[in-house]
Amino acid sequence: MSNGVLDETQVIPPAEVEEVDLYHAKSFITKWVFSQDAKIIAIQYSTTAILIGLVGLVLSWMMRLQLGFPDTFSFISPEDYYQFVTMHGMIMVIYLLTALFLGGFGNYLIPLMVGARDMVFPYLNMISYWVYLLAVIILTASFFVPGGASGAGWTLYPPQAILEGTPGSQWGIILMLVSLVFFIIGFTMGGLNYVVTVLQARARGMTLMRLPLTVWGIFTATILALLAFPALFVGGVMMLLDRVLGTSFFMPEIIQAGELLGHDSGSPLLFQHLFWFFGHPEVYIVALPAFGVVSDIISTHARKNIFGYRMMVWAIVSIAGLSFVVWAHHMYVSGMNPYFGFFFATTTLIIAVPTALKLYNWVLTLWKGNIHLSIPMLFCIAFILVFLNGGITGLFLGNVAVDIPLSDTMFVVAHFHMVMGIAPVLVIFAAIYHWFPLMTGRFLHEGWGLFHFWITFLGSYLIYFPMHYLGFVGVPRRYYEIGETSFIPPSAATLNEFITIMVLIVGFAQVVFILNILISIFKGKPSGENPWDATTLEWQTETTPPGHGNFGDELPVVYRWAYAYSVPGVEADFVPQNLPPDQIKRSGSSGEAVAEDPPELHKPE
Amino acid sequence: MGIFHEITKKPWLADPAEDEGYHNQGASFLPNGKVGLRVFLCVVTVIFTLTLIAYADRMFFATWSPMPEPWILWVNTALLIASSVAMQWASNSAGRDNLGGVRDGLLFGGVLTFAFLTGQLYVWQQLVDLGYYASLNTANAFFYLLTALHGLHLLGGLIAWGRSMLRLRRGGSVADLRLSVELCTTYWHYLLLIWLILFGLLLMS
Amino acid sequence: MVLVVVLVVLAVGSVVFHFWSPWWWTPIASNWSNIDEAIIITFWITGVVYTAVILFMAYCVYRYRYHPDKRADYEPENTKLELWLCGLTTIGVVGLLTPGLLAWNDFVTVPEDAVEIEVLGKQWEWNYRLPGKDGKLGTTSIRLINDDNPFGINPKDPNGKDDVLIEGDDLHMPLGQNIKVLLRSTDVLHDFYVPEFRAKMDLVPGMVTFFWLRPTRTGTFDVLCAELCGVGHHIMRSSVTVDEKPAYEKWLNEQETFAALYPKAADGSQLAGTQEQARDITVITAKESESKTAVR
Repeated sequence: MSNGVLDETQVIPPAEVEEVDLYHAKSFITKWVFSQDAKIIAIQYSTTAILIGLVGLVLSWMMRLQLGFPDTFSFISPEDYYQFVTMHGMIMVIYLLTALFLGGFGNYLIPLMVGARDMVFPYLNMISYWVYLLAVIILTASFFVPGGASGAGWTLYPPQAILEGTPGSQWGIILMLVSLVFFIIGFTMGGLNYVVTVLQARARGMTLMRLPLTVWGIFTATILALLAFPALFVGGVMMLLDRVLGTSFFMPEIIQAGELLGHDSGSPLLFQHLFWFFGHPEVYIVALPAFGVVSDIISTHARKNIFGYRMMVWAIVSIAGLSFVVWAHHMYVSGMNPYFGFFFATTTLIIAVPTALKLYNWVLTLWKGNIHLSIPMLFCIAFILVFLNGGITGLFLGNVAVDIPLSDTMFVVAHFHMVMGIAPVLVIFAAIYHWFPLMTGRFLHEGWGLFHFWITFLGSYLIYFPMHYLGFVGVPRRYYEIGETSFIPPSAATLNEFITIMVLIVGFAQVVFILNILISIFKGKPSGENPWDATTLEWQTETTPPGHGNFGDELPVVYRWAYAYSVPGVEADFVPQNLPPDQIKRSGSSGEAVAEDPPELHKPE
Repeated sequence: MGIFHEITKKPWLADPAEDEGYHNQGASFLPNGKVGLRVFLCVVTVIFTLTLIAYADRMFFATWSPMPEPWILWVNTALLIASSVAMQWASNSAGRDNLGGVRDGLLFGGVLTFAFLTGQLYVWQQLVDLGYYASLNTANAFFYLLTALHGLHLLGGLIAWGRSMLRLRRGGSVADLRLSVELCTTYWHYLLLIWLILFGLLLMS
Repeated sequence: MVLVVVLVVLAVGSVVFHFWSPWWWTPIASNWSNIDEAIIITFWITGVVYTAVILFMAYCVYRYRYHPDKRADYEPENTKLELWLCGLTTIGVVGLLTPGLLAWNDFVTVPEDAVEIEVLGKQWEWNYRLPGKDGKLGTTSIRLINDDNPFGINPKDPNGKDDVLIEGDDLHMPLGQNIKVLLRSTDVLHDFYVPEFRAKMDLVPGMVTFFWLRPTRTGTFDVLCAELCGVGHHIMRSSVTVDEKPAYEKWLNEQETFAALYPKAADGSQLAGTQEQARDITVITAKESESKTAVR
């Protein structure tokens, strides 16, 4: 048996571990509303995340109108502006990006890609969505309470977050914190599903190292989320107590309006440590799924295996581990013990190494590939450029001494938008264009897609690349208006105008994208099954879109890794993961069935 | 460790041993519920660890006046220990196919836990009456926070307990109940351990 | 092929923009030019990598575009190449960290001869306190702050009486003198930021933070708040003027001391009312003298 010949292919039971308990919904409500099917839940998460994300987008337009044309838009007050800043940030990072990558893509793709019928705890999965929706509703409600939404910045630093002088310190901050608590509870429920499903419910033959990198990315990000969100939970609850009960976890002695407040001996720095202990892993919770998705889309559309799969897995895992020991690079000017700076600068620059390796490997996947410049591929190439740029500016900020002049300037804003705002969103677009045919059986309209791509890519780069230089000039962030200074040239105001106009143009392109989705669901060109000729299991379902139970009567059996593209000796330029070896058509053969994978598929290096 | 061996394999190479033996590809033979609970307990551990680190930090650096220790806390501790014992009894009975034991163990476990929570609320009441408000100083604030977190986690456990009781009431057999009883028992022991640590720290500070 | 052209234009264009745009740092006015040097080194190393990777990617997109008769290569991994790339990246990272950490080492090591001054920030204004003729700042406490003692200076501390107080006015600094800037806030987080100085640090209520610098050219520079502190964050401004020594001395002599501005607070006559207040002051000042040196 040592030559790898597989016997008795007909009688291999599909799964050795118990099949997932599939719930069969009977009524309309249990099928489409309170659904326990991960695919429906995924669409619920995605729709809610995109809708609240559009609110976040509009908030960003309001902010840019104020920054670009401060004299024209006098209806925007400083209070309004700081509320926009805060809600835009919190919505985008947590309620859009985290929810969409984990709740949206995770729910749809994980069961399909691992070869399971559904998640392992479907009832809990359903509850998790409704808790998330509740969190979104509570957050939105904060706009309508007395005092309005919180204006403390998405980082919610005390003491200002809960004191007069900051908008929303009366009610807005309470609703914000309560919303976050619910979000975290909901995400723990979902996260348990994603992790345990990947560990336990993989189809026969699907070893960990045969998983597509999309699954590795989402799986690792979920573990990060489960371990990092508790820090935000603890910080949020403590701040809630400081606000509601008058405790002093974070509140030192403070004088406001000439009066000493009742607080004593709290530490504002304690909140910052808790917040960033969560906050840094959070950016990898967003980035790691994006990394995984990019790897899979590039390899499918370039018809080439992802270069260095093992290194890619190790990089994902080591980035995740290292992400827990870099948090205080957000606190270099916080007044913490300055000697910490040496440690955190070192760990931060070390984490650049596995991240850079991933980037090299994406480019090396393109090298000697056979590249279709399809819209998903275009977005992935754009991602590589934007993420490289954003990652590099991270090296500036991570190096503690260099961070000192740049912190709290527009350089930081430009950096995190490149690396969190543009890069992962480009991946979201790539993913939607790529998997839309799976979910609907139709393509998104190509012409509109190209319009969307070019405007978004070029527009975003033109918005954020010059912004770094405003940071060098010394323009601070979170400023309602720059006003009179002795050192900022008038051309900076012109640049601000330019950036605002680009923001509005790019924003318009997103409206076109949404319309494309809505119309193509009904009128898009039919795609047929597996239009991209991909190897991964989600494309090998019986029906497109996949039906309830995903794979029909029999679960798939997996025979090889996820990247059997352009294998020498095989006629087709791809071999699906679950194709039995004796069904692989060899090139130049007389159609003889051979019972083993072509040796080149398994060539040692 | 198994996981290191797993992720250093080269998946594009044929692994005859792998395909031949039709391994369970590394999935654990534990039921999914047990794996899920273990992951969840990691999350709970992080919450309490971070809160305790914050507690230690403030204990050393802030103005600290320790709280009094009402003797009721000792009673509550005994109640919680007893509830763990009862849950273990239910779990052992499930292993021996003894439905009566399962029923009694679950019942006592739940009742004793409710008694514990009532006792905790009574302690809060007493302290507030004596003027030890949460806002007074940091030690008080941490006491209320830690006991609240612990109590809320127990309450969550009682929801799972409630579902098991319902299943029992509807004529569930030992086989139906075994997994959920074992999971509840593990969770109860874990929260007892957390309580003993919290209580110990409270006595020490 | 549009994409190939666009990638090349973006890579090259970014470099061109860097050298030609009018937006660059303001000329430095302090000793922290080693930070600027570290930034330049970072630009060189990362700029080369950025341009090289993007141009290589553009080449790949061009050379390996899809053709139905062509076939992609099949190479699952190339350990040697990956290790090389890992090694080169590590060298690059070391090249960035070295000047950065050396500069940081200077930043955290306050020279022995540094003169201490204090910046007192509150929503939304800046006030300053200089040590006066005895060269020492008096201890303070937030509990002593009121209209007659806006800085909360301890009346029992003899060092405080001659402290020079500057309220709502510009700060001056002497050229070429090492200065340790102590930072104190009475309400929320702020950050004392002068772009020309490069150095900045948050003000944290309940703590005294610091940074140090040596002004190296004369001029008047804007002070901005660089940590969100409420709705007045963007208008919390001040200015600092660096003078040659003689001009600085002249300015200093024109300023008022604590004893002159607030005589009742300075001699403690309006505070020693009750035994409790007197005891309070003793407890407070003991605590303050600890916390002034402890930076966490």
